[in-house]
Amino acid sequence: MSENKLMKNSVITTSLSRELTAAEISEIEHEISLYPDKRAVGLEALKIVQRHQGWVSDESMRAISNYLDIPVADLEGVATFFNLIYRRPVGKKVILFCDSVSCWVMGCDRIKQKITDQLGIDYGETTSDGEYTLIPVPCLGDCDKAPVMMIGEEMHRHLDEEGIESLFRNAAVNKSGGDS
Amino acid sequence: MAKITVDGQCYEVDPANNLLQECLSQGLDLPYFCWHPCMGSVGACRQCAVKQYRDEDDKTGTLVMACMTPVTDGAILSIEDDQAKAFRAGVIEGLMTSHPHDCPVCEEGGECHLQDMTLMSGHNYRRFDKRKVTHRNQDLGPFLNHEMNRCITCYRCVRFYNDYAGGKDLSAQASHHHTYFGRFEAGTLESEFSGNLAEVCPTGVFTDKPFSEHYARKWDLEAAPAVCTGCAIGCNTSPGERYGSLRRIVNRYHSDINGYFLCDRGRFGAHYVNSDFRLRSAKDSSGMTLSSEEASIAFARDTQKRLIGIGSPRASVEANFALRRLVGEDNFYAGFSDSDYEAMQVLLNSLQDQDFNCPSLKQVESADAVLIIGEDVTNTAPRMALSLRQSVRVAAYELADKARIPQWQDAAVREIAQETRSPLCIFATGATRLDDVATLRLNASREDLLEAAEALFVRLSGDSPHYREGVTGRTMQAVEETYAALLAAKKPLIISGVHAGVEAMRLASNIAKRLAKIRESSCDLVLLAAEHNSVGHALLLEEKNSLGSAFNRLKDEGCDGLIVIENDLYNRAPTSIVQAALKSVDTCIVIDQIETPTARHASLVLPSTSFVESANVLVNYEGRAQLSFQLSPCPESLKPVERWLNVEGSESTESLIRRCSTELAPFSELDKCLPHPSSVVPGAKFPRMSHRASGRTAMNADRNVHEGKQTLDDNSVMSFSMEGIQPLRDATVLGSSWAPQWNSNQSISKFQNEVNGALKQRNSEIHLITRNSHLDYYPSYSRTEGQSDEHKYLLQAVQQIFGSDELSARSKPVQSRMSDCYIAFNVESAKQLGATTGDSIELQDTGVELTLVVRADVPDGVALVYPGSSATGLSVNRFDLPKAAQLSRLDKANSEYGLGVSSLVVDDRVDVEVTTGAIL
Ligand code: SF4
Ligand code: SF4
Ligand code: FES
Ligand code: FES
Repeated sequence: MSENKLMKNSVITTSLSRELTAAEISEIEHEISLYPDKRAVGLEALKIVQRHQGWVSDESMRAISNYLDIPVADLEGVATFFNLIYRRPVGKKVILFCDSVSCWVMGCDRIKQKITDQLGIDYGETTSDGEYTLIPVPCLGDCDKAPVMMIGEEMHRHLDEEGIESLFRNAAVNKSGGDS
Repeated sequence: MAKITVDGQCYEVDPANNLLQECLSQGLDLPYFCWHPCMGSVGACRQCAVKQYRDEDDKTGTLVMACMTPVTDGAILSIEDDQAKAFRAGVIEGLMTSHPHDCPVCEEGGECHLQDMTLMSGHNYRRFDKRKVTHRNQDLGPFLNHEMNRCITCYRCVRFYNDYAGGKDLSAQASHHHTYFGRFEAGTLESEFSGNLAEVCPTGVFTDKPFSEHYARKWDLEAAPAVCTGCAIGCNTSPGERYGSLRRIVNRYHSDINGYFLCDRGRFGAHYVNSDFRLRSAKDSSGMTLSSEEASIAFARDTQKRLIGIGSPRASVEANFALRRLVGEDNFYAGFSDSDYEAMQVLLNSLQDQDFNCPSLKQVESADAVLIIGEDVTNTAPRMALSLRQSVRVAAYELADKARIPQWQDAAVREIAQETRSPLCIFATGATRLDDVATLRLNASREDLLEAAEALFVRLSGDSPHYREGVTGRTMQAVEETYAALLAAKKPLIISGVHAGVEAMRLASNIAKRLAKIRESSCDLVLLAAEHNSVGHALLLEEKNSLGSAFNRLKDEGCDGLIVIENDLYNRAPTSIVQAALKSVDTCIVIDQIETPTARHASLVLPSTSFVESANVLVNYEGRAQLSFQLSPCPESLKPVERWLNVEGSESTESLIRRCSTELAPFSELDKCLPHPSSVVPGAKFPRMSHRASGRTAMNADRNVHEGKQTLDDNSVMSFSMEGIQPLRDATVLGSSWAPQWNSNQSISKFQNEVNGALKQRNSEIHLITRNSHLDYYPSYSRTEGQSDEHKYLLQAVQQIFGSDELSARSKPVQSRMSDCYIAFNVESAKQLGATTGDSIELQDTGVELTLVVRADVPDGVALVYPGSSATGLSVNRFDLPKAAQLSRLDKANSEYGLGVSSLVVDDRVDVEVTTGAIL
């Protein structure tokens, strides 16, 4: 019995929350105005926060959960259901690389290898300068222009190794140019 | 009734149900996963496929999911059809691609629905040879293990935890072969019903953690039908024992009470029987251990003196009866606090009054408007809170009926209902764990709630209530809305209880009585008792024999001492009064299962048996007397209370029960709760062990290589062995359910009249109370004193599911969820006192210090006090607290002793660390 007296019960661990920014809140509020129930806005809120923060951290999850009054576990269900809600940090630009049938037939494997060689990242990885994250997607709906990929919002079609070479060379040049 | 043909055989079935349910009701073996008898169908797993034929000429047929197909008259089906069988085997094969096949180390093994279904479906060769998907598991707290790799994505866990039980911290995450069932992050599952996941999950993902610490296979556990001792509901349980220790509690189906689910207090609280808190030997006043014989001699010597007896709401009917017989009815006193005893009188009256019906939990589920006055059901009678969560769905079923959606179509019914709920009106002080489904909340101090209830009564009487000056529109509106809801309902239900206090119970009775008059038929009224045999104990008392009068008797010349059975008097009266009373006599005999502060004052302590070591009869809140069977042989040092008291006939529980029913009018039917096995072969008994129990010859081989004789049980229709009549023959002694091909708890359908119906051979129980009176209304309520002092806070005691019950508070897993005694008030008050959660607060002029939990919903001017438990952690005697007190924050570091308050789960808790920014 005496050991019991000295044992504090385990803390129910809880990660911290953060404040949503004014910009995030105003966009979320706009979405809320479109639905009868604010809890319908979960997915939109995740997209909004991702647009502002680049990804959705645990702290952001709690912030959205508090704001919309959705249990954070339920929100996690939504966030993890959709592959394009990022629950881990990603690079400034996400490369969505199609590895599905048409693109595979058109030799996407070689293109992927080229990207990996040039940027030094495999699927799921981010370049050390935090610029690019490479993620495979199943079909971008542009099969007639295969192989294809998307960088940020921009489609890149009829990919070949030279194109990749120059694409990422330019990016790197732009970057260092911009920095100086 | 509809006729269907299954594999050439004709059956009469209920057209309101689906094919799967009706096939199971007919005793057919049809595999399934996602369907649950009381959660309906969602068609998620595709395991229950059968062939359905258009007509007799149709020889091809179509595959349909039995759980999603309504019964139609004349339907022709086949379970045995080759395509249907191949389909079902294929489904299992798919579900099993990433299953780890780790049955030998899985706690579910031997009672696993997945094992059963795999075998039944005939999938027995693994063709998939690719990498399996694996998951990370979470630490889900002291009650449950998590082993996600075993998941077959049937979604039963979230359907139970979220949809059925209202949990918020478990969810289905990700998708397809990554689907994951867990929390947002590792941490204790917060729902009071989380333990049911171990039974709801058909695989070994969620398993009972305390059980796996001293694990045994189901077939090796000795089991007997028992009744939970956690509260006044009286849920049916099936405890499992091996090597003389209690290993676990699982649900035992009772169609009218707990159905398929228990609360976590009941499931994990029973481990107290193995704990160091148990009294295991007799002791004299100096603490010297006495042998059984010495103790009996000492007891016989003491009983020569003039003793009074104090009974107990946590001792069995037989124990209380035996004490009453020993000391005489005039000397047998209540083991309730005086205020609880007054409340118990109201409760007993309500059970006899023809204007009321006291609903079973199953009936609670169909109430279409509920008013709760002051009772925090989740923390005082937890399983009823789960039933109340179902009652708000009555409106959903009505909507579904209109849209011709059958009730078992779970997803469709929830979809059409959205947030539509039947009225659940809660008059309470501070947040309750049912608020999320309440349609109306009146949050005010106890006095204000009582005034509102009185106003409601007046309103129902057709007058307009007279509101006190200053009563806000909010109260008036709540009264009006509740009034409208109750009047509109077909089956209204009023709930209060002993913890809410005698005034609240009287008002609840008045309101229900008025409704009965208006409706010209009885009205449902639940007045909750506090403990598992409160009603049984109260029925044995002479009304004037309160505990207070017992204390007075002790001062008399003509009284030499007292016998206390299974009761801690410090839980019943102020410390000073108990101390003075115990000091005034030389002889104080305490018979108890557990060590209590009272036992420390005793001149003789005798150890009694728990529900594991002896049979006992308990009377629940409805007046339902239930027999809880003995589970394992009783060690020599322990005896049931009645046998220590050595009253004639106490050698067997059965004879004492018979004696009780011949001697005492309220118990005249009591012997009917004894089992009447319809098919007993003379001399043959019902085995407590399964026919597969192993190790009988080896269990004691470390001490003796000869196989000893099995312990005999002369007192029961059950035996401590595996031989005898298999339980399939008689469900009244169903220790643990099992049927050929059905090793899991899903085998229960084989023992039911029909799915969700009564057990085939009824239960070992009897309703004790007959309704034969029409009582008057209680006098109207009026506030005794005004708001006394501006600076004082009104103190109100609250209960916690983990800690407020004496027995379960001594169970290790429950202790890891308990907190110290605490005081709670709102953010505004916290600001004024400059205090935050975790600080020490002093009740001025009392010397009492309590840890603060800031709770946003506590009304102004009120402080809630949870008194803690004498078992562990910091506690106070709730009878030592003043009605109101001035509070101040103590400037001192947190005590390093005690349990803290971090494991406390309340919905309106405000912790600075957790919320955004600093609230305080
Ligand atoms: S964890 Fe269990 S109950 Fe939940 S989906 Fe998986 S197998 Fe079903
Ligand atoms: S504590 Fe009460 S509600 Fe919980 S299982 Fe036991 S009897 Fe049922
Ligand atoms: S397969 Fe690549 S875009 Fe469709
Ligand atoms: S039980 Fe019918 S689909 Fe799952």
